[in-house]
Amino acid sequence: MHFGPHLLLAALEGLVTSAVLALTALGLSLVFGVMRVVNVAHGEFFMLGAVLAWAITTAIGGHPALGFLAALVIAPLIVGAVALVAERLVLRRLNYNPEATIVATIGMLYIIQQLALTFYGPEARPVEPPFSYRILLPWFGYSGYKLSVISASALLLTATWLVLTRTRIGLVMRATQYDSETAQAFGIPVGRVYGGVFALGAMLAAIAAVLIVPISQAHYLMGQDPLLLSFIVVIIGGLGSLRGTVVAAVLIGLSDGIISMFFSPTLAKIIATLLVAMVLVFRPQGLFGTASR
Amino acid sequence: MADKNGFFDLSKTGLTSKTGLTRRTALKGLAAGAGLAVAPGFVRYSQAQSSAPIKIGFQSHRTGIGAAYGRWYEKTTAAAVKAINAAGGINGRQVEVIIEDDGTDPGRGAEVVGKFATQHKTDIVFGTLFSHVVIGSAPAAGENKMPYFVVSEGHHVASTKLNRYVFQPGITDVKSQIQSMAPWIAANAGKKVTQIFPDFAFGYDHRDYLPPALKAQGAEVIAQIAIPPTESSFTKYFPQIPAETEVIYHVMVGPAVLTFVKELGEFYGSNRPQLFGFIDSLEATDINSPGLEFLDGSHFWEGSPRYAQTDDSEAQKAYRAAVGIDDNGAAVGDPKDVSTAAHMFGCWETLYVVKKAMEDAGYKGPQDRAKLVEATEALTEFAEGPEHPQGPKTFNGKIHQCFGIQNISKIEGGKLKVVHKTKIEDGLYEAEGDYTTQAL
Repeated sequence: MHFGPHLLLAALEGLVTSAVLALTALGLSLVFGVMRVVNVAHGEFFMLGAVLAWAITTAIGGHPALGFLAALVIAPLIVGAVALVAERLVLRRLNYNPEATIVATIGMLYIIQQLALTFYGPEARPVEPPFSYRILLPWFGYSGYKLSVISASALLLTATWLVLTRTRIGLVMRATQYDSETAQAFGIPVGRVYGGVFALGAMLAAIAAVLIVPISQAHYLMGQDPLLLSFIVVIIGGLGSLRGTVVAAVLIGLSDGIISMFFSPTLAKIIATLLVAMVLVFRPQGLFGTASR
Repeated sequence: MADKNGFFDLSKTGLTSKTGLTRRTALKGLAAGAGLAVAPGFVRYSQAQSSAPIKIGFQSHRTGIGAAYGRWYEKTTAAAVKAINAAGGINGRQVEVIIEDDGTDPGRGAEVVGKFATQHKTDIVFGTLFSHVVIGSAPAAGENKMPYFVVSEGHHVASTKLNRYVFQPGITDVKSQIQSMAPWIAANAGKKVTQIFPDFAFGYDHRDYLPPALKAQGAEVIAQIAIPPTESSFTKYFPQIPAETEVIYHVMVGPAVLTFVKELGEFYGSNRPQLFGFIDSLEATDINSPGLEFLDGSHFWEGSPRYAQTDDSEAQKAYRAAVGIDDNGAAVGDPKDVSTAAHMFGCWETLYVVKKAMEDAGYKGPQDRAKLVEATEALTEFAEGPEHPQGPKTFNGKIHQCFGIQNISKIEGGKLKVVHKTKIEDGLYEAEGDYTTQAL
């Protein structure tokens, strides 16, 4: 294959990765930014979203688009509810202590993973895409659904941005992130904000998973890679910065797509990790983060 | 407190109970009870050694990337053990299987072998599939002098790079499979082959043995693409496939295999090269899943056919019924639960090899493990029949490996139909070493 089409394919693949990664990482970034909780179980919420998408599409049947749309709505809601319960039962009782919550979320990771293994099983199960249109380019074919994932993700990111910057909920969240004690003094129910943010973070991961599951399959171990990549994105982009998260996700996604296509996937991972190290050394607050006060 | 002491304390409390239980004796009794509960089997058979069951430690991929295989290996093993026990067991003793999960992880695998040897005190260890787990666990089997019967398909046992305690008597190794199928590939699929394989031990067997096997048939491998076994997206690798490729030879494992085949379909559409795959790429996956239509007409290796064939032997039919798979190779009653039929027959056959070897050795217990190794090495042939439903096999005791027939199946109308069966002789090669020269 010639260089041009080769690069185009690499870029397309990279953009799909970026799109899903941006959503997942945004969830992680919100939780860390607002609550200062390192949610190690974030990848498992992603997995739960995919597994639920499979369950919902299987239960509904009929035209694949019908089941898929239902999954896109219901799966994140269920995952959000699970996250809310976990937040109430576990994180709140630990007073959001940074060290304790890391250990607690590691525990959640294993609990969710093993429950999925017990009730869903070890198989990778496919979900039919809502439409299967194959775009025929002169050099290769490409899945139309993959392109729609990119645009869906862009829409969702814009919506999240609007919520964060233009609504009262967003204002309250930003106030809590900026200084939770002062926010509480001004009558903001910080506890409820924490619960909401944790659920929202998990829901973003679940939405990303529902979008990706017709491409890859639902599997109980699928949460590991997104977790790792999300951490990389959050560190590079800067904590709690939506813009930083998106830019870093595109950067990591594209470099992963292009480097792994022209060189090797291992090299792509090496470079991403190196980038994290460089950012930590020279700009610890991340590319778009603000230095901690 | 040792179990044994606790046990006698319990009997004492029984005798002194007339005077009333003190808190101390009650606690002792409780501890003894707990001790008994965590040590099942304790003193149960001490008075009758001959009636104690033969304990087989099953190293199962219950979790991790091999979990789908692990589940079906367990089902097949349970069916075989049930059949063996119903027919009187081994040397008149019942067989008991103890399962430990290795997480499809080599480090954990070695620990599990150690646990079987020292804690469960099993007679043998059995059942591993993934080649990296076998290679990781083999040294532990050697150190513990524990006969280790794997159902792995890889060439590592036959390479004689492991040790004298490791056997693969139930499934043909990759080197032999490739050698026996290469003539068919060169004659029917094409001469210019691109290989796609997982980037670990099992994939390397394919990487190393396909090129010479094809060269001998006047065909050649023009590109080799290694993909990390945990990869979840594959389109980015496909541009490496040279345009002049006539056959894509694919063998992928792990949970993302379906994605691999689907993305290959999106990439090529109907205008694809010939495809020859190992069914490993689709084991435990319904070949009628959405996105797999483009596989129609492509060919696969199968150890044992997934779909019932018109010429199935009575033994094959009985085996399928015993394991509980229907004519489509899915669990009876759940058509979506597709089995790993191409590999799991190896569990059934291996257990019957173990039975034969134990009977030949007059095996009594762990003190006879060396005798069991020698008796297994002395085996030469397994006739087709209820104990070996996949087909006849020969066994080379020097390299601890069996050799059987291979099936090449074509996808037609949503089913896999066997179109070619290799002969045992096609897959024989010169031994690379000799385990029997190693000390026991």
